[in-house]
Parts: sequence; C-alpha cells; structure tokens
Amino acid sequence: MESNVKPMPAAGRMPVPDTGTLSGFLRFFLQELKPKGKVLTPFNVITGIIILVGIGIIAVRFAKGLGAVTNLSQAYPWGIWIGFDVVTGVAFAGGAYILTFAVHILKVKKYEPIVRATVLNGFLAYVFYSGALLLDLGRPWNVINPIVGRGFGYGSVLFLVAWHFLLYTLCLFVETAPAAAEWLRWVKARRILRKMTTATVILGVTLSTLHQAGLGGLFLTAPAKIHPLWYSSNIPVLFFISSMFAGFSMIIIESRFTHRIFSDRVDAEHHASHDRILLGLGKGSASVMSAYLFLKVIDLTHGHQWGMLLTPMGFWYLVEVLGFTLVPLVLYVAAIRKRSVELVRNTAFLTAVGVILNRLNISVIAFKWYEAVRYYPSIGEIWVTLAVISMELWVFRWVINRMPILGEHPDFKSGKESAKETNNPEVVRWTVSAS
Amino acid sequence: MAINRRDFLKVAGTAGALLAGARPAQAAHAVRTDVEFYGLLIDTTKCIGCRSCEEACNAKNGLPKPEVSFSSESVFEKKRDTTPEAFTVLNRFPNEKSPDKPIFVRRQCMHCTEPSCASACLCKAMVKTPEGPTVYHKDRCMGCRYCMVSCPFDIPKFEYDSPSPFVRKCIGCPDLVAKGEPTACAQACPEGATLFGKRRELIEEARRRIYQSQDRYYPHIYGEHEVGGTGYMFLSAVPFEKIGVRTDLGTKNYPELTSGFLSSVPLVDILWPAVLFGFNYLVSGKEKEDTKEDGHGE
Repeated sequence: MESNVKPMPAAGRMPVPDTGTLSGFLRFFLQELKPKGKVLTPFNVITGIIILVGIGIIAVRFAKGLGAVTNLSQAYPWGIWIGFDVVTGVAFAGGAYILTFAVHILKVKKYEPIVRATVLNGFLAYVFYSGALLLDLGRPWNVINPIVGRGFGYGSVLFLVAWHFLLYTLCLFVETAPAAAEWLRWVKARRILRKMTTATVILGVTLSTLHQAGLGGLFLTAPAKIHPLWYSSNIPVLFFISSMFAGFSMIIIESRFTHRIFSDRVDAEHHASHDRILLGLGKGSASVMSAYLFLKVIDLTHGHQWGMLLTPMGFWYLVEVLGFTLVPLVLYVAAIRKRSVELVRNTAFLTAVGVILNRLNISVIAFKWYEAVRYYPSIGEIWVTLAVISMELWVFRWVINRMPILGEHPDFKSGKESAKETNNPEVVRWTVSAS
Repeated sequence: MAINRRDFLKVAGTAGALLAGARPAQAAHAVRTDVEFYGLLIDTTKCIGCRSCEEACNAKNGLPKPEVSFSSESVFEKKRDTTPEAFTVLNRFPNEKSPDKPIFVRRQCMHCTEPSCASACLCKAMVKTPEGPTVYHKDRCMGCRYCMVSCPFDIPKFEYDSPSPFVRKCIGCPDLVAKGEPTACAQACPEGATLFGKRRELIEEARRRIYQSQDRYYPHIYGEHEVGGTGYMFLSAVPFEKIGVRTDLGTKNYPELTSGFLSSVPLVDILWPAVLFGFNYLVSGKEKEDTKEDGHGE
C-alpha cells in the first residue's frame, strides 16, 4: 500500500485548530477522524473485509461460547489467541522498552528518530493484545477482579503478569502521549508529560523485565506437559532475553514498512541516519542472541537432553534453535562486518520467525506433545487474529498520518524549550488557549 | 533531561506500592499445620466398577443425567475423562495378576495438599480449604483456564459451549467435609473401596494394608508424595503406570515451581529502578548542562 496523504505542511501554514476548549477539541478530533486520501485501496478493502468478518466471528464467540469458533479443548485450554496474539505479540512489543532504555536512560542519541514509532507500536500492540486476551477469557467481565481486589491471587504468576501488563500499558500511554499533545497543540500537557518521561521509562523498563519474564514463568507450572527440550526452570530468563532480540527485529521490520509507506512523513535528518540505526539494531540483536544461545546450550547440558535431539521433537527443536536463532545470529554478524543494511533487514525476518516458533512451541506445539488428538487453530481463531492485526494497522496508520511520530512537529523542533518561545503568533495563541 | 529528586520519589513510590502488592509467593500456599486435612483412600483392589460413586456425585452436585445410564457397563469400552458434567469417572484396566478380575480406577480431583490450580489462580477462584477440599468460587473466576494448564492431573474442565462458562471439577463435598462427614462418593461406595478420613490416618491404614497383604498390593501409595502429596490417594494391585495414572510427576509440590521466580519480583521491582536511576545519573554527567538540554522525542 502507498501512503495517500499529503506531506505535512510547513509551520504556520496549517489552519489553526482551537483545541483548548471542549467543543474546539471535539470539532478538531471529528475532523481528524475522517480518512485522508483514497479510501478504496486494495489494502483497505482486504483488511476491511477481514475486520468485518472478524467482528462477526467475535459476535458468535460471545453468543455461543468459545467452543463455537475455536478448536480449544479440555486437553488444550490455550490456543493461538494466547500463544500467538498474547505470548508472541508481547515479545515483539519488547522493542519499546529496549529503545526507551537506550534513548532516555543511556542517552544514546542515535536512536532518537525511531523511538516514537517504536513506542507507538508497543502501545498499540499492548492495547490490541489485551483486547485479544479479553476474547479468550471465558468470563471477561471478571477481568478486573484481581485489580479491584475481589481475590488477590498474589501467589500466581498470572497475577504478576496481569498487574505489570496493565501498569506497563499505562507507561506506554504516557510515553506516547507527547506526540498526541503536539498534534493537539496542548503545550502545557506536553510539558508535563515530558517531565514525566524519565521516571515513566524507568518504571516501564522495570515492569517490562518482569512481565516479559513472567509470560515465560506462566509455563513453569506445566513441567510434565511441555516437552523437556523446551521446559526449563530458566524459561523466564529465556523469555526476557528473547524479548530483546524480538523487539530489535520488530523495529527493523516495522521501519522497513513505515519508511516505504510513509516516506513523506519521515524527515530528512531521519532518512540520513537510518542505515546507521539499522546496523546498530542488528548489532544489539546479535549480542543478545549469542547470550540466549549460550543459555540454551547450558539448559541442554544440565538437563542431559542431548540424546533427545535425535527424536522427531528434537529435530523440530533444532529447526527453531539452529535454523531460526543461530543462522540469523551468523547472518547479523556477517551483515555488520559487511555493513550491509539489506542483510540486516532480511535477517530480522528470519529472527522474527524464530521468536514466533519459540513462543508457539512452548505454548502450543510442544505443549502436550504426547496427546493423541492434537490442537491446531481453527479458521475462526486465525481469522480473528488477522482481524486484530488489521485493526492495529489501521490505528497505527491513522496515528502516523496525523501525529509527529516519524518526523518532528514543525512547531516543536528540538532545540526549542517549548512552543511558547517561538515567534509564531498562532502557536502563542494556542498556548494561551491551552493554559 | 536529568532526573531530579521528584522523579526519583515518583518511581520509588510506585515501586514501593508494587512491592507491597507482590508479597512473596510462599505466603499464598502455606500449609496449615494446625488443621488436619481430610482425604480419601481409594483401594482399587476392592472396587467392583458399580459406578455408585459416579451416581452419587451426579446427584450431590446436581449434574445432568449421563447419556449412558449408571447401570450400564458399556461405558468401560473406552477410556473416559472427567467432563464439565461428570466430576468422577471410573475406568477399567486389564489385571495381569488375575485376568478375570479387571481393575477399576476412579478419576477425579486429587485435592492436592498444595494445589497447583489454587496457586495459579490470579483471582482466588480456586482455593484450598483448611479441611482439605479444593473448592471453586464461580463468582470470582474470569475463565482464563490457567488452572487447567497448571493442573498436573488435567482435572479442571471448562464449559466451552456456554457464553457464560465456568470451570467445573470435583470440589470434594466441602459442606459435608466441614462437618466431618464423608463425601457423597465415599458414602455411596458399597464395597468400602473409597474410604474417608484424616489424611494421616488414611496413610496409616494404607500402609497397614500393604504390610498385611503383600500379595494383594503393589507397595506404593499413589498420592502420598506425588506432587507434594494429594488428599485423595490410591492403592493398586499392579504398578500404577498400568492403571492410567501419571507416575512421572515427581514429588515436588507445584507452587514451588514458581515460588523462586515470584520471590524475585519484589527484588527486581525495587532494584531495577535504583540501577536505572544510577545509569541515568552516570550518563547525564554534568547535571547543570543537562537540565538545559532538550532531549527531543521525549
């Protein structure tokens, strides 16, 4: 698909929205809700159909129960709505905590141009995956119980994951909000939000560490159900480490698409530094992957499981660990030595497949590998997953086309303390109306 | 932007609140030593496969009538599992010791001493009562099915065909047990194959039987040590892997599998922010300059 939006106009030329009052905000918001550019593009039609049918399937699921649209059974209580949408999706959203850590804590300026897109991606991922999680819950209206205190199951890993998940989504909201504030020209709100950034990032990295690890920790309670090649008391650590290279790879993949599709929204500065950024991400990914593989070897040795590699499940394990973790690692190293951005981009896809395989193996494929009747996802489960992804893409595109995510807002260029100090009389007027 | 005192307090306060919420896991499944658990001893050498226990369970829990009547033996043709409508089921296994006397084995919740389902539940819908039964509070359940993932015996069953589903399983007749009365299935058993009592006394009785009739019993009490001990225990004439129960579960109680990870949570929640603030200070260097600097993209 191609962006169907005109480039962002230069500062001062845009009609001035009055977003300081409620009615003004609503008028601006409704006007912005309208699609920009052509509506009937192939991408819109296909994803539109997927979303509409998906909503129908979701309606059936709520009217008749999970059994009507999923292949879940008494033997397989968790399918791809958990194994892919939540467990895999959250790993890929890991890019947000890694990058905010690099940019806001370690002050690595190099990655600043991509931090907003990554955080937005992370935020939307969390919102939509927790949405998908609600579809999978039998009694979603009770989801607030562990939050409001109708039964604090604090001995449960899921309790930990739920709380950290919720709090981290709020952190991501705060980290995304400055872009929205610039879009609305809420100068005061932007100033407050930006002051909260460092603290929010520190909290966010902490929460991410625990709930990325916690998602793996969930499976610690199934030692007799997960194939010994995948079961390990190190699952939480492995999940945490792999969420880093999952995150790196997702940033590389995502930037490939956003740069092609929204190239008009990317500013020149960002374009220039982009190759250097991608090589850096590849380096980061490679170093984390070598640590991950090292842990995997230790696990194999401690569990005396080398012999199992010669079984069918062992072969499948090698496909994941060698084919989609070791090979990408080697390719990343080669790409860095040759300074080949193209190879970094392609390797990111391979790495992502490896992460998907790993998460699906633990949650679905190597889970009860011994059962005679195995679980495989139904059409309904796959369709709804695609619908959730499509909805996320729509919202992502809507935000990218309106808010200063890929490039800086002309009125809020770095180097200026705030819009207040600009000489643009219109900006000064919004400042007054916002305060 | 350099962090200042206020930022630090903001994070420290939140982290402190988290710490208070995330109490160490051990507290959640502490064993009560002042009350003795009740349990069942199921002696499969005495069971004749009459299915009275199934019928009594059905009546006690108000479950729908089964497709095949309780008097029919045709159900034994294939191995059955419990369902949302049947909390206990009997299965028939060949007896290598005396081929004309098949072995009947009940399957139902084992009411573990430290249940995995209860420790897995994030809203305390599954709870171990002091008397022994592991009960289910349907009003709290959100239907996440993590109890099903965690149960080593695959006992909790889910109502997949209901728009307002519950998890169903044997809840161990908590109303009767609280009064010290036997469970419905134990009351119904005409052969004394299901024996109700204090867990400690049941283990003594089981040991006595094994010592006194060494030909009759395989010398093991299934559930004495499995997954840290279960409230419902089995005796068998043949090795347990031959009567369809898992013998590879180990003796570690399941909540212990996650307690190490969970007790690291408060540590990470407190130490991580401190370390990250430290990094931030180190990198910021000269504070005065940095406060002027406008870290764009924040």
